[in-house]
Amino acid sequence: MTFQIELPHVGESVTEAVVGKWLKSPGDSVEKYDPIVEVVTDKVNMDVPSPASGTITKILVAEGDTVLMGSVIAEMELASEQSEDVSESTDQAAPLIGQSPPASRIGTLVQGANVGPTGGEFLDASLTFSEPKLSSAGQAKTPVPRPRKKGFSPLVARLAAQHDIDLNTLVGTGLGGRVTKKDVLTAVKLVTEGADGNMSVDDDVLDPTPIRRMIAERMIKSASEIPHAWSAIEVDVSGLVQWRAEKKMRFEEVNGFRLTYLPITLSTVAGALRLHPRINSSWVDGKIVLKRAINVGVAVASDDGLLVPVIHDAADASVFEVARKLNGLLGQVRRGKMTLENAQGGTFTLNNTGTLGSIWGGAIINYPQAAILTTETITKRPVVVVDGDVDSIVIRSMMNICLSFDHRIIDGAEASEFMQSVKTGLESIDGSFDAGDMG
Amino acid sequence: MSEQTVIEAVRDSMRSEMQRDASVILLGQDVGKRGGVFLATDGFVEEFGEHRVIDTPLAESSICGIALGAAVNGMRPLAEIQFADFLWPAINQLVGEAARVRYGTNGAKTAPMTIRVPYGGGVRGGLYHSQSVEALLAHTPGISVVAPATPYDAKGLLSSAIRTDDPVVVLEHKRTYRLVKGEVPSEDYTVPIGKAEVKRPGSEMTIVSYGLMLHYALQAAETASLNGVDAEVLDLRTLRPLDEDAIVESVSRTGKALIVQEDTPAVSVSSEVAAIIGARCFFDLDGPITRLGPPEIPAMPFSPLQEAAFMPSPEKIFSAIMKLAEL
Amino acid sequence: MNSGAKQLPPERLVELYRTMVLSRYLDERVWLLNRQGKAAIAASAQGHEAAQVACVEATEPSKDHYLIYYRQFTAMLALGTEPEEMLRGFLAKEREPMSGARQFPLHGAHPRVDLFNFSNVIATQLPQAAGVALADKLRGSDAVTIVFFGDGASSQGDTHEAMNFAGIHRLPLVFFCENNRYAISVPISKQMAVDSVAGRAVGYGFPGVLVDGTDVQAVYEATSAAVEKARAGDGPSLIEASVERMLPHTTDDDHTRYRSAADIDQMSGRDPVKIMSDLLRKRDLISELENETLHSEAKQRVNLATDTVDAEAYPATEAMFDQVTGESWRDS
Repeated sequence: MTFQIELPHVGESVTEAVVGKWLKSPGDSVEKYDPIVEVVTDKVNMDVPSPASGTITKILVAEGDTVLMGSVIAEMELASEQSEDVSESTDQAAPLIGQSPPASRIGTLVQGANVGPTGGEFLDASLTFSEPKLSSAGQAKTPVPRPRKKGFSPLVARLAAQHDIDLNTLVGTGLGGRVTKKDVLTAVKLVTEGADGNMSVDDDVLDPTPIRRMIAERMIKSASEIPHAWSAIEVDVSGLVQWRAEKKMRFEEVNGFRLTYLPITLSTVAGALRLHPRINSSWVDGKIVLKRAINVGVAVASDDGLLVPVIHDAADASVFEVARKLNGLLGQVRRGKMTLENAQGGTFTLNNTGTLGSIWGGAIINYPQAAILTTETITKRPVVVVDGDVDSIVIRSMMNICLSFDHRIIDGAEASEFMQSVKTGLESIDGSFDAGDMG
Repeated sequence: MSEQTVIEAVRDSMRSEMQRDASVILLGQDVGKRGGVFLATDGFVEEFGEHRVIDTPLAESSICGIALGAAVNGMRPLAEIQFADFLWPAINQLVGEAARVRYGTNGAKTAPMTIRVPYGGGVRGGLYHSQSVEALLAHTPGISVVAPATPYDAKGLLSSAIRTDDPVVVLEHKRTYRLVKGEVPSEDYTVPIGKAEVKRPGSEMTIVSYGLMLHYALQAAETASLNGVDAEVLDLRTLRPLDEDAIVESVSRTGKALIVQEDTPAVSVSSEVAAIIGARCFFDLDGPITRLGPPEIPAMPFSPLQEAAFMPSPEKIFSAIMKLAEL
Repeated sequence: MNSGAKQLPPERLVELYRTMVLSRYLDERVWLLNRQGKAAIAASAQGHEAAQVACVEATEPSKDHYLIYYRQFTAMLALGTEPEEMLRGFLAKEREPMSGARQFPLHGAHPRVDLFNFSNVIATQLPQAAGVALADKLRGSDAVTIVFFGDGASSQGDTHEAMNFAGIHRLPLVFFCENNRYAISVPISKQMAVDSVAGRAVGYGFPGVLVDGTDVQAVYEATSAAVEKARAGDGPSLIEASVERMLPHTTDDDHTRYRSAADIDQMSGRDPVKIMSDLLRKRDLISELENETLHSEAKQRVNLATDTVDAEAYPATEAMFDQVTGESWRDS
């Protein structure tokens, strides 16, 4: 079948490219990823790789032409086995491109524009006629009718029949446990991926729990939608280690649980987020939403999978308060009783991978946040300390911290600045550090 | 290209159609010297003369009847019924007569007439300056009924209506006259009658609407997207004939439908849209077809709290979106 | 003047004047309330006051029926409506008597005074009035129905149909047209090919008379004759009172767009309140002090009414579901 080769979109703000040398001609056979033409944009020069294996049949643009990204530049005949995964399967959810007019043609509402009852300009003093402000989620006050029995919608039934899915094995994520379109499509995806021919009879096939399914979905969404970038620095936590050693026995006597490094790192991170609001944000629908609240979630391994209880307003609490709150949350997790409230509202996530010995981590961002920080293991290392002209080697407790961040929102420089704030905060801890009321 | 309000776009369309075609004549109450009570025809009698811009006596039935007669005899009349609430005396001339001319003469006569009707509430118009009248009109074979919501569509659809050889009723929501401002090309253009338009693409549900409610639906969809729900908004633009294919294409893709309308729901345009979806999208529906409209009381009370309780609003629409998304 | 014509007694003249002055102040106040954003819409009766009081004076409010339209400020006061009740209409407040503030001001039906103003659609009240009169005739009652309308309404098909029927059945009906020569902006020359509305009555088989609407005595005489005729079972009449519409059509209108400055200015010469005041002074029926007192009392009355109603609440939203049909109708 004929397949159209489009000039791919590269570079954030680049919309067109100049065609350079054609590396293939009509009649040439190509493997998927073979370079077929050179193009030049104002950000980058690149070779366009073939999207599939097959034979080039037509070249539609010439060397020197300026071409819009997304436009068709050549045609090829696909090698037959591939037609399935190369054909542009329109995502069930994607709208027909080019169907909507630009926003300027839809128009905006003019604030304060009024029409009187019979054509004049009456401005009602009893009600403000400016368009009503909308509050966020949770408007529906009247209870929604629950599905009366375990029924399946026509769409769900059709999709299940089409893809040979047994609906009774699905856990519904819709209201009242309803199996939704999304649930079926997710199941379909898992089946097609699993049925890739990679399995052997000896393999153990596990049924993921609903939480694991959700985690999987979240991970896919994060990895596919958010362009991840990474940055890491070393932190000298010798002062922190000493401080904690001094305080831990008393703390445990008073509070009944162990004082770990986590509350301190969490508080420090929260304070740094206050200084760098862009790190505490979210990319929503083409806009960068700077979250006012600083709610730091902590990744916790549990029997059910990875949970992320959230400390709300983390920057407003003292270290010891955070320690107590964290202890409460971890208790909930252990008992399998984490409340919805404690799982929601997170604006940033902290992952203490160091407890398991990790020295470097590239975590996946907790969608739809803008960044995630791992705190790696604390090791005693020889480091070079500079005093004027004199270099000397000392043993220091060092901890790497690694940031994965959304490169749409945060640039390398901003990420580094944030990391510096965290580093400075942690490195400034000494005997005089005020962690609040011990209890 | 320029930024215009709906009323300016309407004026633009009429002016250019009258310049383009000498058989287009305007008639209605106060359209001449006054320029129309909404100033839709401001300056027209000066530009085109009294013989083409006619101030009629206060008599709606004859405004339609006279327009019909002129239409059958070579003119392209553009009549204005000052408020939709006053359309009722003219219903016989429109529904009983004009709608049936082509059919009743087996094509020997046609009535290329257009009637502009400001409609809708939210302007403290009480029972007689707020009504929605489209249900009866959209029910009538032989006429077309359009309801543009944006300045761009208002100019394009009115021009199409004037150039159409059969009766067209153009429903203009009076609240949008000054409230909505958008881009309008300065040259002549038409927007096809019978074609809906996706004003906001989305994936989780389709909100079908028209008129002032389209703008409220867009606002609600925007807020919904900030709350994680991706709703598509389909502007019907034409109420008769309804763009069935567009409705079906959208809802079969998204799986859920919310129809938002200012007219009372019983036996209305939203009933028809729901029937179409039920018939043609049955196996693509992941939730019940949902309609949002005012309570079944005469439209609409004059006092402010009651008027606000009657009218659908962005908040009410947002609430309905989130409920439907949850299912 | 017809020697048999009814004369208005002097003390009644002063009372009519009192009503006209109250109407004028209330009228001005309502216009102001609109400009303050408190009254959404108002139609003024300024210029119409004499015609309305004189017409009502010639009838018997205890038994007769009145179908009015949106410009009958003064007639309503003359019939016993309180300024507070009217202001409740303009300010859309809870205890509004005619429609519960569901309708435009002054529309609906008054519970105490027998007046109807069912809708805002023009001229629908004429066939309705014919129906009211028909019922009285069938019952053998001697009540008379007076239906008010403007020159604009005289173009509606409903007007022709009502007059035709009334003439055929010799109904106890008085058609009272206040001709102010403008239907919003459309001048009389574009509304009819004849000089007066009254002249059309002959086509329906009953008398029509044109009177100066600023002349209380003239209107009173003409109306008395029509009412007497109707009460005696001799059929309807059409009275056309020529008046000036001193203000634009409503608070949403701007009459400088279609009336010349000269046309607008000449209206002050036909201001009925001034004409009446001059007449009373000339005939020594009111002293300067009494006149001042009358004016200041009217102003105070209007101030009191405004303050009272301004502080009242709007109708609650739950109330809008009542009275749709015989039972309370609520959607789901």
